[in-house]
Amino acid sequence: MNWLQAINWLGILKCFIVGGAICVIGQILIDKTKLTSARILVIFVTAGAILGGLGVYQYIVDFAGAGATVPLTGFGYNLSKGAIEGVKQYGLLGAFIGGVKNAAGGIAAAIFFGYIASLISKPKMKKQ
Amino acid sequence: MKPLDTQKSYQEYVDKKSPNSPILKNCFNAFWVGGLICSIGQIIMDICKHNSLDIQLSGTVVSIILIGISALLTGLNIFNKVGKFAGAGSLVPITGFANSIVSPAMEYKSEGYVMGVGGKMFTVAGPVLVFGISTSIIVGIIYFIII
Amino acid sequence: MKKLGKQTIKFDNPPTVLEAATIVGPKEAEGPLAQYFDKCLEDEFWGEKTWEKAESKIIKETVNTVVSKSGIPSGSIDYCFAGDLLNQCISSSFGLRELNIPFLGIFGACSTFVEGMSLAAIFADSGISNILCAASSHFCSAEKQFRFPLELGNQRPPSAQWTVTGAGATIICNSGNGPYITHVTTGKIVDMGIKDANNMGAAMAPAALSTLLAHFQDTGRSPNYYDVILTGDLGYIGKEILTELAMDKGYNIKNNYNDCGVLIFDKNSQDTHSGGSGCGCCASVFSGYLMHELRNKKLSRLLLIATGALMNSTSSQQGESIPGIAHAISIEL
Repeated sequence: MNWLQAINWLGILKCFIVGGAICVIGQILIDKTKLTSARILVIFVTAGAILGGLGVYQYIVDFAGAGATVPLTGFGYNLSKGAIEGVKQYGLLGAFIGGVKNAAGGIAAAIFFGYIASLISKPKMKKQ
Repeated sequence: MKPLDTQKSYQEYVDKKSPNSPILKNCFNAFWVGGLICSIGQIIMDICKHNSLDIQLSGTVVSIILIGISALLTGLNIFNKVGKFAGAGSLVPITGFANSIVSPAMEYKSEGYVMGVGGKMFTVAGPVLVFGISTSIIVGIIYFIII
Repeated sequence: MKKLGKQTIKFDNPPTVLEAATIVGPKEAEGPLAQYFDKCLEDEFWGEKTWEKAESKIIKETVNTVVSKSGIPSGSIDYCFAGDLLNQCISSSFGLRELNIPFLGIFGACSTFVEGMSLAAIFADSGISNILCAASSHFCSAEKQFRFPLELGNQRPPSAQWTVTGAGATIICNSGNGPYITHVTTGKIVDMGIKDANNMGAAMAPAALSTLLAHFQDTGRSPNYYDVILTGDLGYIGKEILTELAMDKGYNIKNNYNDCGVLIFDKNSQDTHSGGSGCGCCASVFSGYLMHELRNKKLSRLLLIATGALMNSTSSQQGESIPGIAHAISIEL
């Protein structure tokens, strides 16, 4: 199995712990503050973008890989990183181009798959 | 002081009467489900890098695959059960963002494909994009001023 | 008809609750009261394309059922009071648009059913022969309007309540052999500043208390007079709060008080958290279970207090608190 050798198991462990810990922060917010899920997502994306802009989040990403980029904070980090790269390349204009360019794949996929899913399936009542 | 004397005393009384969420159990479930989702992302990432994709593109592939899985599970009426069990464990990863787009799209299908699906798709995820993108633009502008 | 005290009407010729019918959804059919409902649906769409259409069909068929059970030709029904939770009460007005009976749409949130019965009783005592009342709610359409999409993977807090899918309908007549509506106590709006839409029981309990106290003071009755005192949808938390608050005011209702939202679901096996809610909760429990008990003389004096939370999604988003209301009727053999 060629691809199995590609996996860095220590990296997976770090990713598991950091990713899980970020989710636990979200869970504490849900249970303690009565914030709606939409607000929690906004807090995470904004926090990620600010920490990304300050350069702090880069350390977490270097340490935990997908454990830091898969949570929504990583989405914010990715936007900020893109904006900074954009400024380096295009000047001020890059601040407007870079962020969305970096996150384009995710946003487009969510819109496309969302539309497809709504075409083929119907919401069902939760049994519980 | 009696509970009904003021709104404040009633609120305090109600807080005492209302059961708390089982926070330890919820955090444990959020931890391992969230960790597992991120680990799946990491495995995809490693495989992409092994196939000599650069890190930015690998990250995009991870996002697209996780979003696709999340959309599929939402469409199959499974994601809400995962979400009920895992709470923030499935909400905070990119899967939660995808679910927040797919679920209103399905819900408002009854109001038509343009204003129903198309219009309501971002009722939950819209603010995420608004705040995420706006913050990144501010970060970019500040970076431009500083250098 | 004469007025007692500030909020209560006593009927000289108490109107009769002639007949009642109820149709509920699949989850209610798994609950402890399943045997008392006229019809239980297998799925929440009931062959319709949308939940709103399904809810309209539920109230329409419930009304048809009560009319046919009563044996009164629909042409002899003089008025209809109906309401529900959806914006501008579309479930009842769309569901009953082909009814061809003079129609009065009402809104009292989850207290709608008893509000309708109160008004119908007053109409009956004024000489009108047959009045129909109906109310409905639907879990899916209510979640869609007041909370989140069904497929959103979020957790419900322990204080949240479960909107009942179902409708209840009754026919009130100015003559008959009972059970009789003897008193109507109309509630005042009470707002104790609760803002959490996931804790409706706590928001409505002070209104229920206000109506309960007004009823006892106006009629001179005490809690022991009734076999059962039943609130509409306070749920477990609201029930506990009301019991304590009433005790605090000197009324012990511990022994004969319960809540329709507590009765309709089994908390442990159905995972409904704080219990049922919605117009359909009180309406289906009364039209199914309570009418059965009254008919079989297992109950002879019932005080039914339906509670309502008078909010909508805009008011919650604007940070407003939740005003509560409660209307009571006493039904006796």
